[in-house]
Amino acid sequence: MLSISNLHVSVGDKPILKGLTLDVPAGEVHAIMGPNGAGKSTLGYALSGRPGYEATEGAVAWKGADLLALDPAERAAKGVFLSFQYPLEIPGVPAMTFIRTALNAQKRARGEEEVSAPAFLKLVRAASTALKMDFDMLKRPLNVGFSGGEKKRMEILQMALLEPSLLILDETDSGLDIDALRIVADGVNAMRSPDRSMLVITHYQRLLDYIKPDRVHVLVGGRIVASGGPELAHALEAEGYDQYMVQAA
Amino acid sequence: MNAPVRIDLKDVETIPSRRTEAWKYSDLRRWLRDEPPLSPALPEGEPNDGPFKALTVNEVLIANGRLNWWSEDAMEAGIEVSHHAGPDAPRTADEMPMGALAAAKALDGVHIITFKTGAPHVLALRLLSDAVKTGHHARIGVVVEAGAHATLLESHEGRGEAYLSNTLLEIIVEESATLERIVLIDEPHDAISVSSAEVRLSKNAAYHQTIAASGAKLQRLETRIAHAGEGATVRMDGLYALSGDRHTDLTSVVDHLAPDGLTSQLTKGVVRDTARGVFQGKIIVERGADGTDARMGHHALILGERGEIDAKPELIIYADDVQCAHGNTVGNLDESALFYMQQRGIPADEARALLTEAFLIEVVDRIAHEGAREVARTWLTDRL
Repeated sequence: MLSISNLHVSVGDKPILKGLTLDVPAGEVHAIMGPNGAGKSTLGYALSGRPGYEATEGAVAWKGADLLALDPAERAAKGVFLSFQYPLEIPGVPAMTFIRTALNAQKRARGEEEVSAPAFLKLVRAASTALKMDFDMLKRPLNVGFSGGEKKRMEILQMALLEPSLLILDETDSGLDIDALRIVADGVNAMRSPDRSMLVITHYQRLLDYIKPDRVHVLVGGRIVASGGPELAHALEAEGYDQYMVQAA
Repeated sequence: MNAPVRIDLKDVETIPSRRTEAWKYSDLRRWLRDEPPLSPALPEGEPNDGPFKALTVNEVLIANGRLNWWSEDAMEAGIEVSHHAGPDAPRTADEMPMGALAAAKALDGVHIITFKTGAPHVLALRLLSDAVKTGHHARIGVVVEAGAHATLLESHEGRGEAYLSNTLLEIIVEESATLERIVLIDEPHDAISVSSAEVRLSKNAAYHQTIAASGAKLQRLETRIAHAGEGATVRMDGLYALSGDRHTDLTSVVDHLAPDGLTSQLTKGVVRDTARGVFQGKIIVERGADGTDARMGHHALILGERGEIDAKPELIIYADDVQCAHGNTVGNLDESALFYMQQRGIPADEARALLTEAFLIEVVDRIAHEGAREVARTWLTDRL
């Protein structure tokens, strides 16, 4: 279970998260919805340890570990995976090399046996077929020259191969047309499992038609101001965030 | 303009210093105050060794400035090694004072390697320095005869400490001949070394060069290329990976004297700690050299707070109908990319090494000789 209590995070001198408390039990999918500037992306970065996103107060417990004490790679080895809103381009590093390096680094950190090149190739072929990806794309430098949809698919592919236990999807639907969205959502849904927690960060309700959350939380002004079932997402879509903005202000 | 210098190591005032424009980032006078004693002759060295040993049996080994060994018995037909007293000074003596000094001081005169027409030739040229606080000079000529094709695998293998090594190569690529010269340089951190190359290209000749350097106390690799004949092609690349307090200086002048010449130059480097990388690249397109296409790029990374890069790219164009461009960037690794890689589980140091290698590998990929390319790749990854 992911347990966030009273988390305060500043970027530079500016407080963004101001006492965020949230529990995500294993096996559940929780959606975080909120207006622009509410701190949605900051939450994803703070959980994954991005430099410059400093936790000034509060705690994050994940699988019995104090997540905030770990560096980003250690958190990844613990199963934390952040799917980026804008995945980075890594010139000169073929996608396949990148993923295998990451997978084996994680395995090393966990004291597991590394995956051999032929075994990895097999895994990649299967995973890329499932995501309807052109296998040749994996020989190209990671994300370089990829379209928005291809980059998101590449995120899902990495997710499928790295098998994280805590998935954080940051605005995964941005830049996707309906077909791409469906493929990406199918990929995410295939990852649902009783020992995996997911945090789906989104501005719009649209994504939640495809990835059905167990719980929906409203993030405004750096705090969770309301929580509810999937119906809350529909209410937000109809009524907007205004009522909560007043409340937060 | 500075007046031509004739270096006399006994007169410190004649040694180029930071007040000399062409040497302002490589203050030779600061480190070379006196003439070091002559390096000793070495017993017959270790033939068929060096970084390129797996690629060819054809080898010329120069040790402490003297011809030490060459594969006379095994040398394939079409490669000749001869010895000459040599003319007094190289053509570009005024511009390359250390090259002129090498010509004047070389113990053996000049050794000339000639590649004849026929099957493509590969030769390892090893320049071994095994000396402590002494100095040596060498002069080598390379002739690629009309229509011949050759790969010169040059290694500067330094042992000992605080020596002065000074080398001059004079290279002639005749009509429709090609030469690829790959240079790997490894020297002690306290060595002073200067290697000057003068290259003359005839009509439709091709000259491809890659220098990979890891620095020394002061290390300068200078290349001067003349497109003397029309339609010649040049690829001239550099790669440096420096750490500690090492210094390397890649200086080049490409002079387009004839029409329709092509020059493609790419230098990339990385410095750490207090290391210092210097790139000075000059391309001149003379009047009448129409149809010239010349491109120069220098891109470097400074990892850490105290490294230094000095870059001076210059294009000087006197012809009208030309295409020329240059680009120069100095930066750090992309922090967002680093975080992205760490987020996927790659530890920070490994992520940095991977990104740095990815940045530099473009230079290695441009090497045509496959075996040399792999040697250069290993050389690079070992230094990241």
